[in-house]
Amino acid sequence: MNALLVMPVVWPLAVALMALFAWRRRQFQAALSVVGAVVLLAGSLALLQAVWREGVQATQIGGWAAPFGITLVADTFSAMMVAISGLMGLTVAIYSLAGMDERRKAFGYYPLFFILLMGVNGAFLTGDLFNLYVWFEVMLIASFVLMVLGGARAQLEGGFKYVTLNLMSSALFLSAVGILYGTAGTLNMADLSQRLGEVSQPGLVMTLAVLFLAAFGIKAAIFPFFFWLPASYHTPPTPVSAIFAGLLTKVGVYALIRMFTLLFVQDVAYTHTLLMVIAGFTMVTGVLGAAAQNDFRRLLSFHIVSQIGYMVMGLALWTPLALAGAVFYVVHNIIAKTNLFLVAGVVRRLYGTEYLKELGGLYRSRPLFSLLFLVSALALAGIPPLSGFWGKLSLVQAGLEAKQYGIVTVALVVSLLTLYSMTKIWAQAFWKDPPKALEESPLRRAEWVAFIVPIVALAALTVLFGLAFEPVLQLSMRAAEQLLHPTEYIRAVLGSRQG
Amino acid sequence: MNVLVALLVGALYAGGLYMMMRRSLVKLLIGLMLLGHAANLLIFADGRLVHGNPPLVPVGATQPPPGPIADPLPQALILTAIVIGFGVQAFAVVLMRSTYQTANTDDLDQLRGTDREHE
Repeated sequence: MNALLVMPVVWPLAVALMALFAWRRRQFQAALSVVGAVVLLAGSLALLQAVWREGVQATQIGGWAAPFGITLVADTFSAMMVAISGLMGLTVAIYSLAGMDERRKAFGYYPLFFILLMGVNGAFLTGDLFNLYVWFEVMLIASFVLMVLGGARAQLEGGFKYVTLNLMSSALFLSAVGILYGTAGTLNMADLSQRLGEVSQPGLVMTLAVLFLAAFGIKAAIFPFFFWLPASYHTPPTPVSAIFAGLLTKVGVYALIRMFTLLFVQDVAYTHTLLMVIAGFTMVTGVLGAAAQNDFRRLLSFHIVSQIGYMVMGLALWTPLALAGAVFYVVHNIIAKTNLFLVAGVVRRLYGTEYLKELGGLYRSRPLFSLLFLVSALALAGIPPLSGFWGKLSLVQAGLEAKQYGIVTVALVVSLLTLYSMTKIWAQAFWKDPPKALEESPLRRAEWVAFIVPIVALAALTVLFGLAFEPVLQLSMRAAEQLLHPTEYIRAVLGSRQG
Repeated sequence: MNVLVALLVGALYAGGLYMMMRRSLVKLLIGLMLLGHAANLLIFADGRLVHGNPPLVPVGATQPPPGPIADPLPQALILTAIVIGFGVQAFAVVLMRSTYQTANTDDLDQLRGTDREHE
């Protein structure tokens, strides 16, 4: 039993339980959440370090040998995702100290938050397909409650759409798991990776691949399944939509990348061309949808969709550099996107509105804070030397090497349009003169600190990943190598018996 | 037997999707439940239907009894899926009720508050 692998799953559960037992003591819950998130981040970083030093880590739960028991396994990609989710957990936990209202905290915000983190980490670490379904459900049920916690009308309406589409996707996922088990006789992903090649019905395997594509595609909000996302993500309070925006769709992307590197690589020409088309449409529709929006968080929600396209593009190009670009892009995007949502939340707290036309003059009243927004916004658009630039550069370079000029053109045009949307927010909320009706409700010092610390930290990371991109890129390259050549993954799970 | 179960699963999927495309909240929810049942039965059928041979090894035996034996794993999967499905559906029912009470309509076409521009 490898404690490092179990910790990112068990520790959030322990924190959630402690918070449940301290139901009425909100001060304690708040302190616990920050301490718990620090420990979680430390544990995930230790896991990342172990994976970097010693290679893929695996542990069999309950001592049942793979492929019969449930395996937890961390390759470089998983470990990176767990580390970044730990980081998001910590920043959002700090932000929640001021950004979440007392009424929602009284209804179990903190326990739900940690159960969500548990589900996310479980999905990143599991090596078993049915177990992945279970973690998805853990994550979903926590996210359902977080989405509608507080019960405002917009939340309920957005929540209903969110719940419906996610249940639909779960039903597809479950059906696909059932057929896959009937076809290959196993659900251990490493074992499946070896056996799917031997299945004598290639048509059935392709059907399964597309079923999984649809199931995870809904969760990752790719074209044409994305419409639930901009209908719901802007409705809950900021900390909730920030953690959703940062992490949840990326779990879908993670699952897609895992499926289409480990399992469904029999007919790359077909599946990855399909992915390529989807990637292009996802980028374009997302960014065009965003261009029409006038609401801070709704605009950002459409950009989530558009950015997912870049990650799928990296997967579809199917070269080491492209996959490394995709992994780098996921990491960069989680940080930048969460930060933009956090900034949107501060703006809402200050002026009570997120409607861009009603805002203005932020650059004059709070120049330094405005710069923090600008850093993340420009990183999202891919302006050098910020983190987004390197992600996009690797993807574009990989696309040119693979002679996929169409998708490269789309990627470049979309990034220009992204810049257009970001300047739109900048011009409307920060630069133009404030409308007469705009009133600022002052912040207490403690509130300001809780808001600004996570935002500064994430903006600093965006700059750091841009200036010193080498280590992160190395990590991403290693992750991409392991994804493209999963022998080490398979050996770690199944042992030398079949490796 | 396999054909019958296959037809049943197909009917459940069709019914579920049909119900989901209706405009009422309740019917949408019933559709989702039917989809869940369809998926569960599909797993059951995919585990190969075998008549009358439970997957039990007699006490003291070192080998499973001869002949085809039902695979216990799909049943374990379905059990898990049913429990999860039950929890999620119970939540969805409550959500449906409070959506109905807050929005004062069960017509899905009227639930457009989050798509509209700022008012």
